[in-house]
Amino acid sequence: MTDTTTTRYIPDRLNSRAVRILKSWEALLLALAIAIFVVNSFASPYFLNAWNLSDATFNFTEKAMIAFAMALLIISGEIDLSVASIIALASTAMGLAMQHGAGTSELVMIGLTVGLLCGAFNGVFVTILGLPSIVVTIGTMSLFRGISYIILGDGSFSGYPSSFSWFGQGYIYWVFTVEMLLFVMIAAIYVVLLHKTNFGRAIYAIGNNPTGALFSGIRVQRVKFILFLLTGLMSGVAAVCLTSRLGSTRPSIATGMELEVVTMVVLGGVNILGGSGTIPGVVIAAFVMGLVTFGLGLLNVPGIVMSIFIGLLLIGVIALPRLWAMAAARRKA
Amino acid sequence: MSVIKKLATSVALAGAMFGTPAFAQEEVRIALVVKALGIGFFEAANEGAQEAAAELGNVEIIYTGPTDTTAEGQIEVINALIAQQVDAIAISSNDTDALVPVLNRAMQRGITVISWDSGVAPEGRQLHLNPSSNPLIGNMIIKLAADHLPDGGEVALLSATTTSTNQNIWMEEMNAVMGDYPGIEVVATVYGDDLADKSYREATGLMQSYPDLDAIIAPTSVGIVAAAQAVVDAGKVGQVNVTGLGLPSEMAGAIESGASQSFAIWNPIDLGYSATMLAYELSQNGAEAAPGAEIPMGRMGTLTLDENNEGAMADPFVYDASNIDDFKSIF
Repeated sequence: MTDTTTTRYIPDRLNSRAVRILKSWEALLLALAIAIFVVNSFASPYFLNAWNLSDATFNFTEKAMIAFAMALLIISGEIDLSVASIIALASTAMGLAMQHGAGTSELVMIGLTVGLLCGAFNGVFVTILGLPSIVVTIGTMSLFRGISYIILGDGSFSGYPSSFSWFGQGYIYWVFTVEMLLFVMIAAIYVVLLHKTNFGRAIYAIGNNPTGALFSGIRVQRVKFILFLLTGLMSGVAAVCLTSRLGSTRPSIATGMELEVVTMVVLGGVNILGGSGTIPGVVIAAFVMGLVTFGLGLLNVPGIVMSIFIGLLLIGVIALPRLWAMAAARRKA
Repeated sequence: MSVIKKLATSVALAGAMFGTPAFAQEEVRIALVVKALGIGFFEAANEGAQEAAAELGNVEIIYTGPTDTTAEGQIEVINALIAQQVDAIAISSNDTDALVPVLNRAMQRGITVISWDSGVAPEGRQLHLNPSSNPLIGNMIIKLAADHLPDGGEVALLSATTTSTNQNIWMEEMNAVMGDYPGIEVVATVYGDDLADKSYREATGLMQSYPDLDAIIAPTSVGIVAAAQAVVDAGKVGQVNVTGLGLPSEMAGAIESGASQSFAIWNPIDLGYSATMLAYELSQNGAEAAPGAEIPMGRMGTLTLDENNEGAMADPFVYDASNIDDFKSIF
């Protein structure tokens, strides 16, 4: 408009940055995580022990690795329910290779490659043939694990080289495991990818409005294909870690993990319909789930009851902000 | 929608999730880890473990397991048990090998580890308790038939497939003790492939080919049910006795109709009881798990360990009209 020399600060939002951060989903989750930590410390004398907490991280590290890639996929409006089956297939492939004398580095390469190939398989059906991802990946969920069952039947592969056990059983320093290091590194990579790059902005744009994104010059299908590749790759990484930790492969490996991964992502504040969500949210959600299952485990709460708690936690955390918003709207009216 | 309120709600939510735990440090804590919760067989094993705990007096049983029959689920459970420094872990495993690393860690921290029912590789446990042994099973299946044929008679075998390892071993063991049962003659062995309809046809065929047949022995849970049905349909209840290995829940009808006088399978209550007794002996009474060792297990006698530190609990348990009602709802 007209030329002014005033330097008056005109806020473009109603709340300051500090208030926004405090009121964010991540702050709520962090408060929940801290609360669970405190309650656990009082509930069980065994909770505050470095080694016990270190053991407990295995409850979530592998799932979280996949959850980061899944978060991106869900933000873009797609989903991959075949991740646990990709683990089974990748692990089976590693077992076969091990029987033919493959060494540790080859095993890792094979695990990651099978993961990538499975991701590409999903990606082709969704982005080139234009099929809904939920249908495609429900199909491949049975397909990938089915192949493992054909190869293994009720048998198993074991006898992996001892150096291979480093990934899932090794320690970097004191109580800090190799898996923790991988978890932190992968989290950092995904924070940068989603929040600091054009690629990350494109994912949000696609999730909010795929048609708009297409007309803005974003190669929507290519971005989605890459996200399927990444999810496959992360499933491959998780397969290496899990196989290494178990030291054996069975076709039932990681059964049901896909739902835990999706739970983690949604708990982390990612909109299941796409368009919004953050990686720090998923990181905190991973800790929340890990702490809850370990804390309840220490109290010997049966697994069935634990599933009920996780379910209630998910519904509660999703529903509460919505209820608050409704209450606030009523107050204003 | 203040931040304070959000925080308060979160804390309340988290607080509500945990009950007040009871700690009884002076008690010996034995964890009975099963393949998955909600399975009748394991619930019955827990019953046996509670019985043993009551007998021992100062024992607390922690009955636990994952929701799915996965090794990962059991590892999470075992991690929590290691953290609590339980005295002993008795596990029916979902994976022979995958549990070895975590159970090794448990043993390094001074926890007694035994497996029962479904075993762990020898390096991951101190001993393994088998419900029974091949010779005991082989003897039991012929004994079941012979007990109801004091004057001898003709029996036939209805097995699973020609290549079923378990069934073949049991029939071999049975043949080895045939001398103890004079007058009993095995006239035929047929294979129902563990399919209900094929087993039914084979059983019907047996009765037609051997009109004087006195008993059908089916050492498979599919075959025994099918054979009992075939006997009922042929109107031969009272003439042909069906016996072998079966599940009480599936065999209750055959016992009721009289098609089967008795059959056998392991008793999960005894199994849970013995596992608890063994865990207690190893962790509290200084019993050593070594080849050749004999470890007492209360009312079940003693367990003798072989070169792999494995032992067989007892003869398969016999189910008949007197006890079928107690067990048919269990497994």
